Amino acid sequence: MADATVTATTAPVVARGAFSGNLLPLLLFLLFAALPLLATLTAEAYVLSLVTRVMIFAIAALALDLLIGYGALISFGHAAFVGLGAYAVGILASHGIKDALISLPIALGVSALFALLTGIVCLRTKGVYFIMITLAFGQMVYFTASSLAPYGGDDGLTIHTRSTLGGLPIFGSERSLYYICFVCLLGVYLLCRALVASRFGRVYRGARENALRMSTIGFEVVRFQLVAYVIAGVIGGLAGFLLANATDFVSPAYMSWQRSGDFLIMVIFGGMGTLNGAILGAAAFLLTEEWLSGITEHWKLIFGPLLVLVAVFAPGGLIGLATKLRRMIRG
Amino acid sequence: MSLSLLIVQTLNGLQLGVLLFLIAAGLTLVFGVMDFINLAHGVQYMLGAYLAVMFYGLTGNFFFALVLALAATLAFGLLLEFAVFRHLYDRNHLDQVIATFGIILFLNQGVKLLWGASPLSLPMPEMFSGSIVLMPGILYPVWRLVIIGSGLAVALVLYLLVNHTRVGMLVRAGATNAQMVSALGVNIRRLFMIVFGFGTMLAGFAGIMIAPILSVEPGMGDTILILAFVVIVIGGIGSIRGAFLAALIIGLVDTLGRSFSVDILRLFMAPSPARTVGPAIASMLIYLLMALVLYFRPAGLFPVKGR
Repeated sequence: MADATVTATTAPVVARGAFSGNLLPLLLFLLFAALPLLATLTAEAYVLSLVTRVMIFAIAALALDLLIGYGALISFGHAAFVGLGAYAVGILASHGIKDALISLPIALGVSALFALLTGIVCLRTKGVYFIMITLAFGQMVYFTASSLAPYGGDDGLTIHTRSTLGGLPIFGSERSLYYICFVCLLGVYLLCRALVASRFGRVYRGARENALRMSTIGFEVVRFQLVAYVIAGVIGGLAGFLLANATDFVSPAYMSWQRSGDFLIMVIFGGMGTLNGAILGAAAFLLTEEWLSGITEHWKLIFGPLLVLVAVFAPGGLIGLATKLRRMIRG
Repeated sequence: MSLSLLIVQTLNGLQLGVLLFLIAAGLTLVFGVMDFINLAHGVQYMLGAYLAVMFYGLTGNFFFALVLALAATLAFGLLLEFAVFRHLYDRNHLDQVIATFGIILFLNQGVKLLWGASPLSLPMPEMFSGSIVLMPGILYPVWRLVIIGSGLAVALVLYLLVNHTRVGMLVRAGATNAQMVSALGVNIRRLFMIVFGFGTMLAGFAGIMIAPILSVEPGMGDTILILAFVVIVIGGIGSIRGAFLAALIIGLVDTLGRSFSVDILRLFMAPSPARTVGPAIASMLIYLLMALVLYFRPAGLFPVKGR
């Protein structure tokens, strides 16, 4: 009897079955890989740019899942990292520096540095206070960006030339940009999986369950959390780098608190603490948004209540819903 | 940086402070007693303003509009509590964030649908329009003084309610340890409904009072919500006293920072970089303050939870 309850509660965490094992990510990535070929049959440019956007947001959502799903560190300022990465590209491009060999390390470095500095302060607090202090730092970056008058201020900054790699214009065509995002998403996904399963990941997850116990065994919990926070920041910066290239534009709106809320919704919508859920959630969020806004200009009237329904009836998100369904079918 | 400007801006800061207090008071109690993050608190403020505009259109009298709008925001808040929030008290913060975020999206859009996207305005009552002379050479709008006065009056009433009535005692006890209060036989759910309704009404009241000097538009609750969160986090979640002090501090720091940051920076910077950096620092100032407070006192200035 006791055994049964234990498996029931830990089931979503332990990878097993088609939905939380390898079949779902395999299907997802195969779909992403094959999509450009299918898209040639329809409106190619539209589908490519939409799915590129999905993959970029999925990268950012994966990083956030690393924080909230595996570390219970609810960050309400995740958009700041994406914005920093994007602004690094935009500002460098406006000075004529457009090679990714320079701009990518800078984008990642700036995000890492910001994550490190703010992480030291944020991780002193717990629970709700952590949510609010990450929000505060996010707002600081937001206001800094909107007051950068030489770089567009509130109106944002148009990027006239996309990044190159060693002089090669590989970010130039929509299709190659698509595959670059695909490779980045795959890489980030595998990295996150490896990280979560590693010794580091076990300590980090242990701190989510019981930080006091972990520190009693002799781990300096905050250090592990700080490392995870910096990694998540760097991944966010990567997403920002790609986003700036995909949209040819950066603006303070990339780091508004509403955008941070969007990222949270993606992760929760998909099912947090599963990684697969983050990708699924980003796709579901953006596609639902696209679909509903095609139907009516007042799509938020439908989308808002939908979020409420998810929160009330499907706390585990899409992945949780799928697991519940499978259990019902199996009895 | 003249003295008269300093006085006027200090009063403006006070006015922002009491406005923030009206919103933060409900938020901090809801947060403190039920451990419930209500992002939708800001839309109650917006709704108060819109309802006041609507009832003013119907009655043509500010005071009727005030009373009717207060009643309507209260009713709407209780409806939300009954329909949605009630199911989320036992959930984690994330579920609460996502659900209340959904409500923000819905109401911001709903308001746009009903009243249009362009800003509306609410005329202020005749007898409070115009300005009075505070000191020789200093004119100040009467309505802002009315806002400050009514905010301070509300603070006083709240102080008496929370510290000297039975319900207030239960609310304080609930903020400290809700489970214990419930175990002692108090219907904490009903207590919470009272607190929630009251908080909603205060947020609506803030919206109505500010409507004559701000434009009433969709999304007006979002910025003020974030400020209110900063206030309650600095003050210590669940503490009315903390919320009051933090609200005044935030109001003053933000307003004075915005008006004098450039001048202060010019004391030790060239004028042109000062003009660029000044506004940036001014808008970051309160977040910087919050980060500092939380760094040194991770549970705010007046921690309530006895854990």
